[in-house]
Amino acid sequence: MSTEQVVSAVVDREVAPDAARPAAPHDDGRRGDRVGRRLLRDPLAVVSMAYVAVVIVVGVLAPVIAPYSPDYVDVDLANTAPFTGDFVLGGDSSGRDILSRLLWATRGTLLACVVVLVVSTVVGVTGGLLAGYFRGRTEAVASWVADAIMALPGIVLLIALYTVIGPSIPTAMAVFGVLIAPANYRLVRAVVAEVRGELYIDAAKVSGLSDLRIIFRHVLTAVRAPIIIQSGFVLAAGIGIQAGLEFLGLGDPRVPSWGGILEQAFSTIYLNRGAVVAPALVVSLTILAFVLLGNALRDALQGSGRRRPATAARVAEARAARPAPSAAADAEALVSVRGLAIGYPDGLGHVRPVVDGVDLCVHRGEIHGLVGESGSGKSQTAFAMLGLLPKDAVVLGGAVLFDGADLLADAGAMRRARGTRIAYVPQEPMSNLDPTITIGRQLVLGLRAAKRMSKAKARSHLLGLLARVGIADPEAVFDMYPHQISGGMAQRVLITGAIAGDPELIVADEPTTALDVTVQADVLALLRELRDERGLGMVLVTHDLGVVADICDTVSVMRHGTIVEHQEVRGLFAAPEHPYTRELLSSALDPEEA
Amino acid sequence: MIGFTLRRLASALLLTVAVTFVTFMLIFSDGNAIARATLGETATQEAVDAKALQLGLDQPVLTQYWEWVQGVLHGSLGNSFFTGEPVTAMLLTRLPVTLSLTVIVVLLTAVVSVLVGTLAAVRGGWLDRGLQLLAVAGAAVPAFIVAIFLVLTVAVEWGLLPATGYVPFSRDPVEWVRSLTLPVLAILVGSIGGAAQQFRGAISEILQQDFVRTLRSRGIGEAPIVFRHVLRSAAAPGLTILSLQTIGMLGGVVLIEQVFALPGVGDLAVEMTLRSDIPVVMGCVVFTVLVVVVVNLVADVVGAWLNPKVRLA
Repeated sequence: MSTEQVVSAVVDREVAPDAARPAAPHDDGRRGDRVGRRLLRDPLAVVSMAYVAVVIVVGVLAPVIAPYSPDYVDVDLANTAPFTGDFVLGGDSSGRDILSRLLWATRGTLLACVVVLVVSTVVGVTGGLLAGYFRGRTEAVASWVADAIMALPGIVLLIALYTVIGPSIPTAMAVFGVLIAPANYRLVRAVVAEVRGELYIDAAKVSGLSDLRIIFRHVLTAVRAPIIIQSGFVLAAGIGIQAGLEFLGLGDPRVPSWGGILEQAFSTIYLNRGAVVAPALVVSLTILAFVLLGNALRDALQGSGRRRPATAARVAEARAARPAPSAAADAEALVSVRGLAIGYPDGLGHVRPVVDGVDLCVHRGEIHGLVGESGSGKSQTAFAMLGLLPKDAVVLGGAVLFDGADLLADAGAMRRARGTRIAYVPQEPMSNLDPTITIGRQLVLGLRAAKRMSKAKARSHLLGLLARVGIADPEAVFDMYPHQISGGMAQRVLITGAIAGDPELIVADEPTTALDVTVQADVLALLRELRDERGLGMVLVTHDLGVVADICDTVSVMRHGTIVEHQEVRGLFAAPEHPYTRELLSSALDPEEA
Repeated sequence: MIGFTLRRLASALLLTVAVTFVTFMLIFSDGNAIARATLGETATQEAVDAKALQLGLDQPVLTQYWEWVQGVLHGSLGNSFFTGEPVTAMLLTRLPVTLSLTVIVVLLTAVVSVLVGTLAAVRGGWLDRGLQLLAVAGAAVPAFIVAIFLVLTVAVEWGLLPATGYVPFSRDPVEWVRSLTLPVLAILVGSIGGAAQQFRGAISEILQQDFVRTLRSRGIGEAPIVFRHVLRSAAAPGLTILSLQTIGMLGGVVLIEQVFALPGVGDLAVEMTLRSDIPVVMGCVVFTVLVVVVVNLVADVVGAWLNPKVRLA
């Protein structure tokens, strides 16, 4: 049943990871206010809450507001269509008022909701608390049982258990509460495991509180929010199951129920077509209200409210604020970046620039270091040179001139240049190889995308390159999967991939940071040799001044999205101009920091 | 890989035994009540006792379970209390209906969800927003209510397709398709809404991984990246998504069979539950558990085989 999937899918995938972050217990009052305000700002949440409130009021006041008693029979009005007679939503086959019966049946739904909620919360939370607190065998057994229950379609078990339970919907829904409790159990167990590891539990233990009070005081506060969110989905599932059981005729025939009314209307669909519409809508809308409420609560309680995308007007505004590219391009340069500005939406409708007016140029055979702390915009500059900025990045201005042509403005030309003229060497060797296919195959796919050549030719070319970059047995490595080689080897494979298409420029983003110290020097030496052999231009992004001193010819120092200093390497170390550069140099020389 | 498969097999077996044991203990707990239910409220206590003796319900419930297990090991699920027919034979006549319905829905869900989920993740835009909407709608409207609306419009108002009944493929393939069209559609709304949405999530997660950026840096176009690399990585999470959907839809199938009067296993379970024909009910539970266990096992083993780290271990 689709509603069961709501719980297993929505809850497991989306609530659980965030829920493992327990809320700080002390700022509860303010937090409550904030959540309330957020909910009231979300129109879907307001409509759903209003709908649920109406359902509750109708359930309580059914005897007062229902025009007829649920068992009142007017034979003349049997099978009358909606809006034709005294029975507003029509009459059923026995001549009873469908509207009145729906109103009365709301009580059964409310009762079932309460039962499901109480049972699933009590069973799930208790189980989760005990398993998470005692761990070991208790947890292993409880988790296996929870998985087993979750693996089964609940309604099939409920049908089978009808022979024991009989036509009692509250009992059936209590059983359903147990069947759906694993959703809560998993949440609570995850949170307990997290909270347990935190210091304040240890502190509480030292101060002599009993285990039980520790559990109650700290953990219950932390799991409250995820449980509330989950409840929306649990109730949605419960109402679907309840209506399903009643529709199958497994409810109490003497009490009006939404599913029962639906079943009766459906059995006379040829006599009275309109009668099924109202009960079907009531069930669907109620489930919808709980699903939407669950979504809204998740956004409000976990602060993952919708981020406002930057508006076109704001982007234009930010673009206009950038000055036009300043200096004319250096005609000799292989690549020159002019006035590059990149921003990201700040979630409030504006664009926040992270790179602002960057100029740099690289000649053939030159290794240019781009230095700065993390967040200075150096990687963003490198990705812009490759045309590989993340999807939500906004180019606010500037140009990337490659042999005089602006590639930043021409995505097609940029794509054609990638692999053949500009190549990339990434930071993390392991995560930059496709884990599902062999090294040889991914290298061949990449090379053949850049250059037209036969598979056999690509293979022999790549085997030669693998040997060149220092891989001892290229034939064997060719047929290996990425997880079978070391990080240093993986980086050599990635360098092979980068030079395979004979590029003129290599953009390397921290190419040695993730490697062992012993391997770092080898990889730097390899990059230097390749530059010498092929006359490559290179942009080397790094935070490591040692790497700069070792391999670079020229350096740009970046801070807060702009370049603060540009120099030859020797000059930079001998006579740094900008105070920030001096600061960087002194901290690099400080043995404590290095 | 073999070790992994054997562990999964053992865990599947354990699940089957545990679920059948608990269900058996619960529904066979009161032999007297079962015997009375088969005879009707008016039967005398002597008649009930005789019936209980005849059906073996006077034995301790553990003994009954042990006998049932021995039967299962010999390929028998017992006989119906009412007709005396073997439960396995009854299930076999109902199987084609339920399996046709489930298999068609799973295949269509897989194909459509991969297409829609991938396009929504890669392209975004209206398709993505439409998918979000379908996911919420599919989660909110139970399959049997979708079915009722389909019957009301397509079958009753427009008379395009039959509202009820099942025609075996062997008798008339065209009518077989016509009789299954509405049931399949009714389940698809929810299953595609759920599966496509989750598949979209899996694809966009992979698209954000480092190796995709590196592939782009090699000059590989978006289409080959998606078809040769991303979809391959999405296969394992995709299988898990599909197996969850398949198991989730089993419950929906029971109700769908009721709406369209399809003589499947779910219909048998409901009918025999109302008549307290407990061996048949137990047989339907076994069938469901087996489907769950097999689907999970296949998804786990194939998913592991797709992962070179596990396959080569």
